[in-house]
Amino acid sequence: MTSMKRRIFLKGSLATGALGATIGTGLLTPRAALAAWSKEAFESKDINSALSNLLGSSDLAASDKIKIKAPDIAENGAVVPISVSTTIAGAESISILVEKNQLPLAANFVLGANTLGDVSTRIKMGKTSSVVAVVKAGGKLHSTGKEVKVTIGGCGG
Amino acid sequence: MASIKLRASAKDGVTTIKALISHTMETGTRKDKKTGKKIPAHFIQEVVCTHNGSTVMTANWSPAISKNPYLSFKFKGGASGDKIALSWVDNKGEKDSHEIAIK
Repeated sequence: MTSMKRRIFLKGSLATGALGATIGTGLLTPRAALAAWSKEAFESKDINSALSNLLGSSDLAASDKIKIKAPDIAENGAVVPISVSTTIAGAESISILVEKNQLPLAANFVLGANTLGDVSTRIKMGKTSSVVAVVKAGGKLHSTGKEVKVTIGGCGG
Repeated sequence: MASIKLRASAKDGVTTIKALISHTMETGTRKDKKTGKKIPAHFIQEVVCTHNGSTVMTANWSPAISKNPYLSFKFKGGASGDKIALSWVDNKGEKDSHEIAIK
């Protein structure tokens, strides 16, 4: 009987110990101060505010000069290959947003003067959603979207 | 060095860069199955790629980029022997860089 009690006591104290430690580290996560990385944009919860914070506008003009290459059905939402290419002249940046992710802005690629509008990467998707590619050129925003069905979400939780 | 795999090849005046970085890209929303506690976010925020010292690509990333990120892009110019350098910085201030010559 006494040994049983001791075991329960030990278990309890171990659990609270671990809890205290994780809460401590969670609060003290260091935030690197990066000039270029827009915290407001990446923490925006909808596409419009993400775009306003990132590019200064959320005024999108639909364009057929942007192509998104992505699977129609992604079996694993943790790894969805996405390629965005554009033939718009003077493209300055390409942004990839996932409408139904908790935080829609996935990536923003700032292109150099000689860089072609053609980037590929792999993203995570929480659930079936529209993937939006936004190209900034000459102060205007051009966009196109593509629906990607997700079988298993990849954002954890 | 250790975390970056970088390939650059020039063909018909266009250089293709392919990079693979090993990084956990933790979202901050995932829970540890054993403890039930959230795993703190840990992800690459900025990737910079230069060609002979001038920037050809600056990528700003969110945790929605997959684990062990892959990045590929192209730029005009570049010849065999030119220097291509790629570096990344994550939200904890960790960083790495790697330099290669175009094949």
